[in-house]
Amino acid sequence: MVSDPQFAVEMRNVVKRFPNPGGGEVVAVDHVSLKIQNGEFFSLLGPSGCGKTTSLRLMAGFEWPTDGDILIKEQIMGRTPPYLRPVNTVFQSYALFQHMTVAQNVAFGLEMEHVSKPEIKRRVGEAMEMVQLGKLGARKPKQLSGGQQQRIALARALVKRPAVLLLDEPLGALDLKLRKEMQLELKLLQAQVGITFVYVTHDQEEALTMSNRIAVMDKGNVLQIGSPVEIYERPNCQFVADFIGETNFIFGKVSSIDGDRVTVQLENISGELVGMCQGELSIGMKVAVSIRPEKIRLAEKPAFDYNCFPGRVVTTAYIGSDTRVIVDLNEKTRLRIWEQNKISTLDPSVYYSTGQEIWVVLFPDNVLILPAM
Amino acid sequence: MSTTPEKGSRNFVAAVLSRLREDPSAQGLALVSPTLLYLLIFMILPLIMVVVISFLSRGTYGDIEFNLNLGNYVRLIDPLYLRVLSYSIKTAALTTIITILVGYPLAYYIARVPARQRSRLLFLILVPFWTNFIIRIYAWIMILRTEGILNNLLASLGIINTPLYILYTPLAVQIAMVYEFLPFMVLPLYTSLEKIENAQLEAAADLGARPWRAFLRVTLPLSIPGMIAGSILVFIPAMGMFVVPDLMGGAKSVLIGNLIRNQFLTARDWPFGSAASMLLLLLTLAVTLIYTRKAGFGEDLLV
Repeated sequence: MVSDPQFAVEMRNVVKRFPNPGGGEVVAVDHVSLKIQNGEFFSLLGPSGCGKTTSLRLMAGFEWPTDGDILIKEQIMGRTPPYLRPVNTVFQSYALFQHMTVAQNVAFGLEMEHVSKPEIKRRVGEAMEMVQLGKLGARKPKQLSGGQQQRIALARALVKRPAVLLLDEPLGALDLKLRKEMQLELKLLQAQVGITFVYVTHDQEEALTMSNRIAVMDKGNVLQIGSPVEIYERPNCQFVADFIGETNFIFGKVSSIDGDRVTVQLENISGELVGMCQGELSIGMKVAVSIRPEKIRLAEKPAFDYNCFPGRVVTTAYIGSDTRVIVDLNEKTRLRIWEQNKISTLDPSVYYSTGQEIWVVLFPDNVLILPAM
Repeated sequence: MSTTPEKGSRNFVAAVLSRLREDPSAQGLALVSPTLLYLLIFMILPLIMVVVISFLSRGTYGDIEFNLNLGNYVRLIDPLYLRVLSYSIKTAALTTIITILVGYPLAYYIARVPARQRSRLLFLILVPFWTNFIIRIYAWIMILRTEGILNNLLASLGIINTPLYILYTPLAVQIAMVYEFLPFMVLPLYTSLEKIENAQLEAAADLGARPWRAFLRVTLPLSIPGMIAGSILVFIPAMGMFVVPDLMGGAKSVLIGNLIRNQFLTARDWPFGSAASMLLLLLTLAVTLIYTRKAGFGEDLLV
């Protein structure tokens, strides 16, 4: 079988089962298929135990698939050991060699390839410059900060010029501020070296910030693959809508379908709601309606004769850029709404107040009708 | 006005108590003082006695004459005793090397099996300590003697026609000493091997190291602290060993431990025995220091 050469990594129907210590088996990866393009920044995103790290380890060769194939640069990997694969890994724990200096750590991979001494020296120097740690070569890893160790792990992997760089939550151990800096730096670095990055994270914001494409995983399955915009604006199921960003869910049943417009009979609210069809829907099907908090309008009176519901403000929080408002449509339906503060004013009526009667206006394009879990 | 003795002692107790309440270093001293006292009485004082006696000389009836001299140390330079000394160092060094070679794969294996099996295997290593050392040595005599288990087995398998003479040779001493000291090598080796994260080995493989190179470049250097600790635990007692050569070595294998024991118990020459003890002490100290320096007994290796 010949695969398209534009793909750096391909998973074909990959299954990975582990024996459970208590007996039986655990399915970590359940028939996953995906294709990662050359030069892409591709993220595997999901909660812990979703199979993202196992997928990465399968690509690295630390595990072998129970079934299915992993291809790297068109080559079926089978049981090829890690030391023969054209990939390198940045480990979550960094896994730096504590008994070696930083420079020896970075040189290790080149020594294994029997690169000449002067060439090693030159490339190690370049790699250290690339991660802006040119002067720390003589230190031991323990003498460096977490952020610096992270950069060394990166340099140690990149100095090998792999076809694919695999990153397993590399920023997980850093504090928030440093993490944000490193996110941008990693993205710039990836653009600079042009190497395909496969990035495992459970942090949806991190995945949205850095990736060209994201695969959202849950319970060993890939639920959706798409660009950050696609994943956020057009999730294909309730899990993806819930996991990426914040959203409000209202539940109901499909009453009619007209192209991509779907009308839903709501469970706890009298009236119907019109929205965008996402995923496979049929009449009578139970659905979850997802409406992002920043995509809801608040108004004095209904804007049109559908998709407008009266409510009462429960509480408000002014956070500078936004005013966050919680509105109850009834005892069972509560919506979180973020109103951007586009006008600078001290007028308190602009920022809403507790107990205020108000109309919630939902534009059909902002209302996503998804199959319920 | 003078204080009565009773009042004075009461003042002293009060002063000590208030000092203990306020001064953390005094509290620390109070906590270790039972240990200090024990060491002072049972280790430091006897050691000083040995040092002093080594400079005295033997009386006619095995008593000690108080005339300071270096005679005992001069006697030790005799080629006969130097040979005993070099044989002791050789035996202890060989024991250390063989326990490393035999113990390393064992410790490696234990460190790599699932956690539940690990404690079971470590338990098995400690089981021999339930029986007295002397009894275990007699067991080895049963195995190695001319009509012993080993010779009978080899003869019945047709491998040998005439029995092997192992018992009462230096080889028998070596076998029993490796057997005795193996756990002292395996346990520290296991501790340092077990500490090596799996991710370190994965990183080595990921960077292109085949298993054997990953072992030489990552596992082996990271296990050196355990090897040093084990070597010290084996080499020092092996230098002073006298039971094994006594029971299994015959007349030919005299270690410095036997020499010292004989001076005290048989020849009743305490001053010469003390001098030999001092030599053993200094030699062990020197070898241990050189070895740990050479092997890079650095702070960073111990972490």
